Amino acid sequence: MKLNRRHFIGSSAAATAALAAPTVWGDNHGKPRVVVIGGGAGGATVARYLAKDSKGGIEVTLVEPSRKYYTCFFSNLYIAGFRDLASIGHSYGTLASDYGINVIHEFAIGIDRDTKRVTLSSGSVLPYDRLVLAPGIDFVDGAMPGWDVTAQNAMPHAYKGGSQTELLKRQIEAMPEGGLFCMIAPPNPFRCPPGPYERISMIAHKLSEVNPTAKILIADPKEKYSKQALFEEGWQAHYAGMIDRLGPDFGGGNVRVNPRDMTVDIDGEVNKVDVCNVIPAQKAGRVCEMAGVTEGNWAPVVPATMQSRVDENIHVLGDATNQGDMPKSGFAANSQAKVAAMAIRGALTGSKVFPAKFTNTCWSLISTDNGVKVGATYEATEEKIAKVDGFISQTGEDAELRKATFEESVGWYSGITTDMFG
Amino acid sequence: MAAPRIFAALAVTLLAPALSAGASEFGDVERGAEYWKQCRTCHRIGPNASNKVGPNLNFIFGRPFGAAEGYRYSKAMLAAGEAGRVWDLDQLDAYITDPRDFLKGTKMTFKGIQNPQERADVLAWLRENSDNPQNIPEAAPTAIGTDHSVDPAILAIVGDPEYGEYLSSECLTCHRADGEMEGIPSVTGWPEEDFVIAMHAYKDKVREHPVMQMMAGRLSNDEIASLATYFRALGE
Ligand SMILES: Cc1cc2nc3c(=O)[nH]c(=O)nc-3n(C[C@H](O)[C@H](O)[C@H](O)COP(=O)(O)OP(=O)(O)OC[C@H]3O[C@@H](n4cnc5c(N)ncnc54)[C@H](O)[C@@H]3O)c2cc1C
Ligand code: HEC
Ligand code: HEC
Repeated sequence: MKLNRRHFIGSSAAATAALAAPTVWGDNHGKPRVVVIGGGAGGATVARYLAKDSKGGIEVTLVEPSRKYYTCFFSNLYIAGFRDLASIGHSYGTLASDYGINVIHEFAIGIDRDTKRVTLSSGSVLPYDRLVLAPGIDFVDGAMPGWDVTAQNAMPHAYKGGSQTELLKRQIEAMPEGGLFCMIAPPNPFRCPPGPYERISMIAHKLSEVNPTAKILIADPKEKYSKQALFEEGWQAHYAGMIDRLGPDFGGGNVRVNPRDMTVDIDGEVNKVDVCNVIPAQKAGRVCEMAGVTEGNWAPVVPATMQSRVDENIHVLGDATNQGDMPKSGFAANSQAKVAAMAIRGALTGSKVFPAKFTNTCWSLISTDNGVKVGATYEATEEKIAKVDGFISQTGEDAELRKATFEESVGWYSGITTDMFG
Repeated sequence: MAAPRIFAALAVTLLAPALSAGASEFGDVERGAEYWKQCRTCHRIGPNASNKVGPNLNFIFGRPFGAAEGYRYSKAMLAAGEAGRVWDLDQLDAYITDPRDFLKGTKMTFKGIQNPQERADVLAWLRENSDNPQNIPEAAPTAIGTDHSVDPAILAIVGDPEYGEYLSSECLTCHRADGEMEGIPSVTGWPEEDFVIAMHAYKDKVREHPVMQMMAGRLSNDEIASLATYFRALGE
């Protein structure tokens, strides 16, 4: 879709101005302004839908430091060698050229809610009528004894896309024969509940090919995890004897790491490891704290509009939110973005508002052509985003169904990334 | 349910000499009529058979790939046609075994028939009827087999495209708006009636698929109509 800016300034902007009279925009021109912080699953989608559906009636600015967004989704497939890095990287070119979005590659470093202004790392200032925060996650300081972000080269988290994922892949490939890979799994709630376990599957796949005597150890503070029966069935069938998971009963929650010596202390027992993937406890991206919209680690939102419960001029999307029943996933962030875009357009341009609907499906790959999925639909209640209906793959499914499920996930990847970046 | 029986009986008579020559090679036309119902979700045969989700299959034996008039084929099918490929029994058999394995990039989202006997049966039926489309009454019953029967009052609902646009945003996470597809079928540009029937088949759990049953399950009749209107227009 091509937007012709001149055309739109003439047509819809005048109508919008009349409807949205009380807001303070208008010091330089007549369009309502939305600033989106974070160009990931939530932010890119909301920017695109706002620009597309307002047909140029809203001025959309997207603030994102990276020129290329490497998806976390399918990053595990990259580690296994099923995808190359280029195929999971996406640029913002089309959002700028075809949708007229003003894409600024900088960090947001300050938010003044009273004057409704965002300060960027270069010092420039962006006024807004509505602000959308979609910064994803950061890690809780001090949550993993012995680890902080300065240790991320020795012990990568690979829980934000791009260079961390590349680093982890390289380290796994360089493991000595029969070496030990260790994952420190995160406590709830965290980004992508099946993510760590899909990663284990993909690492086991890779190691079975190149280093079959290597071992995988998981220290996990959680009793149970997402799609557990499906993963355990798959690990038994495809990677028997390779993977050992220590849950809280076996001290999996009592861990200290030492990145300098490459050791991991699990319940008092010190293990020398070759690669250690530390996935620490998580919280909303730091910019949410800066904006003062968090309670505890996350930003609470009003389900029907994704507005912050603290400030109605701010919407929060995706992993950073505390919203209720949806998992923190790319699919969920994309779904929430559409609800937010509709609500923002309604508020700023008077367009029709329909009841909010949310969906999620998360696929995981266990071994070659062996995909599983879990999904649900949700609705907005006063109190939370509440689950309506759902499904999950079953153990014992035949190979044909598993292959079809995997192929579907490939279709979904193509669908969602097109939906985000145009 | 009476109509397909009649075709089958007719077909058997016509094919009788060939059958004695090698019944197993050709398959059983009568059983094939049952399997054809799967194809009929998307294909039609008969005088003036229209293109539906898939092209009409009149005279398909000996027809070049991608040659039904007025049908929008995938790039892959058109390229095969330009390369001079022509449908014969072996190629049809390979195509319906695993469409995407046979022709990468085809937009026929049909899971394929693994059982060779079933394929032989449906192809026997297809040969008989596609070669003699005039033998098939034009007003073939619309509600046979997986052609899920939907109340005409539901089919008559006129959708609201604006509502359809909002509702569609939920679908576009998986189904690409531009009609490109890779593992998930395209639903852009579908005839409204086929779209509504497919959605109700999922909603009524006649058509299996957990994601689509869940998605369709919470859509009202009006919402399905709105989506059908929107997706049809998106193809233009
Ligand atoms: C290994 C792994 C596998 C996964 N697999 C799946 C899957 O199969 N399916 C699925 O649905 N989800 C999956 N996920 C989860 C998915 O990646 C996240 O849930 C999703 O990316 C969340 O979207 P978001 O918009 O909240 O954050 P993100 O997509 O992380 O986007 C946040 C963006 O904000 C930017 N940002 C942060 N702070 C600032 C600032 N101050 N100023 C400007 N920009 C800023 C960041 O650079 C980033 O680009 C997976 C995650 C992991 C780690
Ligand atoms: C879900 C819908 C669907 C079903 C079910 C389906 N098809 Fe198709 N079929 C299509 C589509 C769409 C195309 C066009 C493919 C393309 O352009 O790549 C097609 C193309 C074809 C073609 C090629 C036609 C040409 O003009 O080149 C043949 C032959 C065919 N189908 C046979 C069958 C048979 C036999 C069955 C049942 C066993 C079947 N199809 C079931 C959708 C379907
Ligand atoms: C989570 C991914 C996902 C979402 C979201 C989704 N679909 Fe689907 N859809 C699929 C898959 C996978 C299939 C193939 C199912 C099958 O094999 O029957 C499908 C099939 C279909 C079909 C039949 C296609 C054919 O070729 O026969 C229609 C029509 C359809 N979807 C419409 C929709 C609509 C409308 C929505 C939104 C309300 C939607 N879908 C949302 C994944 C999805």
